[in-house]
Amino acid sequence: MTCSVSPRPFVVLLLSGLVLLGWPPAVFAGDATEPGVYAARRVVKLYGAGGIRGLESYQTGILVSPTGHIVTALSTALDSEAIDCVLDDGRRYPARLLGADLTRELAVLEIDGENLPCFSLSTSTPRAAVGSRVLALSNLFGVAVGDERVSLQHGVIAACVPLRARRGAHEAAYRGDVYILDCTTNNPGSPGGCLTDWQGRLLGMLGKELRAEPSGIWLSYALPADELARGYEQVLSGKPPADPGAATAGDYDPRLLGLQLVPDLLDQTPAYVETVLPESAAATAGLEPDDLLVAVGDRTINSQRALRQELARLLPGDTVRLSLIRAGAIVTVVLGPLPARPEPATAEEPQ
Amino acid sequence: MTAVRCRHYWPVVAALAVMVQIQRPATATEATAVAPEPAATVSFDLVLEAERQRTETIAAASKAAVAIFAGAAGGGSGVLISPDGYALTNFHVVQPAGIAMQCGLNDGQLYDAVLVGLDPTGDLAVIKLLGRDDFPAAELADSDAVSIGDECFVIGNPFLLATDLRPSVSAGIVSGVHRYQFPAGTILEYADCLQVDAAINPGNSGGGLFDAAGRLIGINGRASFEKRGRINVGVGYAISSNQVRNFLGVLKGGRLADHATLGATVATSFDGRVVVSDILESSDAWRRGLRIDDEVVALAGRPVRSVNAFKNVLGTLPAGWRVPLVYRREGRPTEIVVELAGVHTTAMLADIISGGRGKPAPPGKPGEQPEPRPNPLAPKPEDLPEAIRPLYEPRLGFTNFHFNRVELERVAALITTGSSQAADEQAADQPNADRPAWTFRGRLEQGGRFEIELADQAASISLPTGVSRWEPVAAAAGLAAEAGFDASPPGSGGMLAALTLWRQLLLDGVAGNGRMIYWGQQPQAGAGGELVDVLELTSGAGRARFQVAASGTVVAVDFLLSPTAEPCELEFRFTAGQDNQQPTAMVVHHAGRRFATFLIEEASP
Repeated sequence: MTCSVSPRPFVVLLLSGLVLLGWPPAVFAGDATEPGVYAARRVVKLYGAGGIRGLESYQTGILVSPTGHIVTALSTALDSEAIDCVLDDGRRYPARLLGADLTRELAVLEIDGENLPCFSLSTSTPRAAVGSRVLALSNLFGVAVGDERVSLQHGVIAACVPLRARRGAHEAAYRGDVYILDCTTNNPGSPGGCLTDWQGRLLGMLGKELRAEPSGIWLSYALPADELARGYEQVLSGKPPADPGAATAGDYDPRLLGLQLVPDLLDQTPAYVETVLPESAAATAGLEPDDLLVAVGDRTINSQRALRQELARLLPGDTVRLSLIRAGAIVTVVLGPLPARPEPATAEEPQ
Repeated sequence: MTAVRCRHYWPVVAALAVMVQIQRPATATEATAVAPEPAATVSFDLVLEAERQRTETIAAASKAAVAIFAGAAGGGSGVLISPDGYALTNFHVVQPAGIAMQCGLNDGQLYDAVLVGLDPTGDLAVIKLLGRDDFPAAELADSDAVSIGDECFVIGNPFLLATDLRPSVSAGIVSGVHRYQFPAGTILEYADCLQVDAAINPGNSGGGLFDAAGRLIGINGRASFEKRGRINVGVGYAISSNQVRNFLGVLKGGRLADHATLGATVATSFDGRVVVSDILESSDAWRRGLRIDDEVVALAGRPVRSVNAFKNVLGTLPAGWRVPLVYRREGRPTEIVVELAGVHTTAMLADIISGGRGKPAPPGKPGEQPEPRPNPLAPKPEDLPEAIRPLYEPRLGFTNFHFNRVELERVAALITTGSSQAADEQAADQPNADRPAWTFRGRLEQGGRFEIELADQAASISLPTGVSRWEPVAAAAGLAAEAGFDASPPGSGGMLAALTLWRQLLLDGVAGNGRMIYWGQQPQAGAGGELVDVLELTSGAGRARFQVAASGTVVAVDFLLSPTAEPCELEFRFTAGQDNQQPTAMVVHHAGRRFATFLIEEASP
């Protein structure tokens, strides 16, 4: 998987144009049929890698440009040479991964489409009020195939609170506000699905299958549309994330060095490199995808958690010596200086 | 605000750290809406009125809800569909319950009930509640009119909570229509089903899915479960009411229903067409000309644009139906009519219902496994409650043959009403005497004259191509006789035999004839989709099916000389408004071709 993104100024221009058009695209009255169908035409079914329990090979995406830009949840399903995208009308396209926002855990894909129905994203989308009735559309359980329509669920925004979630040892990088929903949307295939109001207007993107950190309860949440727009713009701009997010207090996020590891799903997930961010300290030091990190300085590490903890022992400005296994041989590289950790993000107040 | 809160109340609200009480939903939404709403003219009275309507609808629909209890074997839900007590439920609910069960209604009363019919493949069952002829019943709606986003209600007995016999209600919207759900580790196939986000939990199985007007649109029976065990995650499935309607005749007739197969498989081609990937040479579709690589365009009047769509159509049809199929070869569309074979043999079905293969998970509480026990669907009569014993009769290929007799008598009474009084009196007066021959004269649509004579001892037909005569062996013994059928006149597949059997049915009725069964319902031959009753007679190697309209008129006869023969398909045409069974025309098809159309000018008696 690559996270390099070629700059696309024309897309950004197009995006601004859409924002000017105003975002409420439709007004429906009555039951959920019309807004549901309106939204379903803007939702795609995505098929990629995976297929084992807990790591589904399918999910959902939201069309956000008439030329085929799709936002979806960043997941292992996208870790595939061939991502298939199936539109509401059954048309099938190969999708390219343009890039990912590792903080918001969202990815932007592109298909070769024209005049596609789409939502327009805006960073100024107001937050929906707690208590708002919402519709959720997703490729849940993969029950819809071909021209069969994605599933429509209904619910209420129960809260808008900072996300504190994990699955196993994998901790959600995003710690900003999310909508908590009273309907179950954390089903296989639901990540990347769309959340709308009963007028069919985009409110957010359905999140991943995660548990609430304090309680262990499975969370049904959605990333608000303004955050979605920010992540989308950031990916298209090609800039590294402004705020890589704060890892668990006391840990050091290796992404600050430009190292994206494989999803941390186990108690002791090996510290395999998934992606090296371009122009980062890790890229300069020559780290490569599939490198297995085994030591920080003289201290061996047996898991991603151990890596985060060892990195946290260092001081900003230190150089970091990493030992890794590449193609069966141990290689040692030196990175540095170590960037300072950002201040923990403060939760944004709901509007 | 009870009803509105009810809408928002889900079993998974436990997941919420903060649940904001919505005291004034209408105004609250308006005040904080994400975009300006149209002027806030919504009157609060309208909200109260909508709530009142919903409460009334649910109260009415709940009366038809049945709570099924099967002791240690679990239980489930059901829904009444007729005042005389017929109720629908799932096969997987009654399988552990057996022939006799006790059912609770919303009135707090417990009723004895007996198993009537089973469709193991489609996970359907019909039971009959006893003791009343004025049961509250739900109206079976047209599930093809249901759209994604429609409001719906699930009424049933989740987690077997209804110990006071009063059902639980959950509300939601329709999440998807025309869903296809694979037989997941069982033989239970959910084809063309409805998907809803109203909570469907273990115990809801067999209960009703209702639309906003309180009409029955489906039978709840399945849900997608994953990491949280067997509790609802907003993804439940219901068997469509239209599939129920297709099987209702077979089920009420006490039969063991089987599903249809085309005898061919289809696959999606590289360019997205649905093409025949394999076909049995023994299938009717092959006989009608369908071949590998033909593109299937439509089946049973519904377009086929994906493999799932094909399975959806086929999965809702009973074995034995004859349906149109449109295929395209080299750009040219061809329409054929094919008879659909059964997926299973009778022995296989008998094995399935005794739990021999593909035994589905019981609907009881999670983690509970019933003890191995004798097959409850084949009980010893003495083990049945006294009230049930006279209502149960085992027979191979049937769930409960008693109810086949019930349906046979019902249709026989219809035919008696429909047939001419003179014929009845004649049959009663002279049961063993020769009765006057029936004669029909007229012209053929394709040119030339015809004359048909049907008598007890012989039948003959005069056509421009020649005269054919057939003498049934021991015809005096009536329909039961080994009639020694033949296929005369040539090219018809046995039109004289078909007409003779038709005459005997009208004169002698069905009484006391062990070879006549109630077969179920089928779309009327040559007409629109209206379902008509079908009686089936087997005599020697021959088989005849009679289609009987609601008026009691026999509208078609389908005669098969032998199991491998091509049928003689005979349709009667009537002048509109005519109140007896005197046809004005007969259309005969054989081997996929029209044999002749007989325009009757003169008939006697």
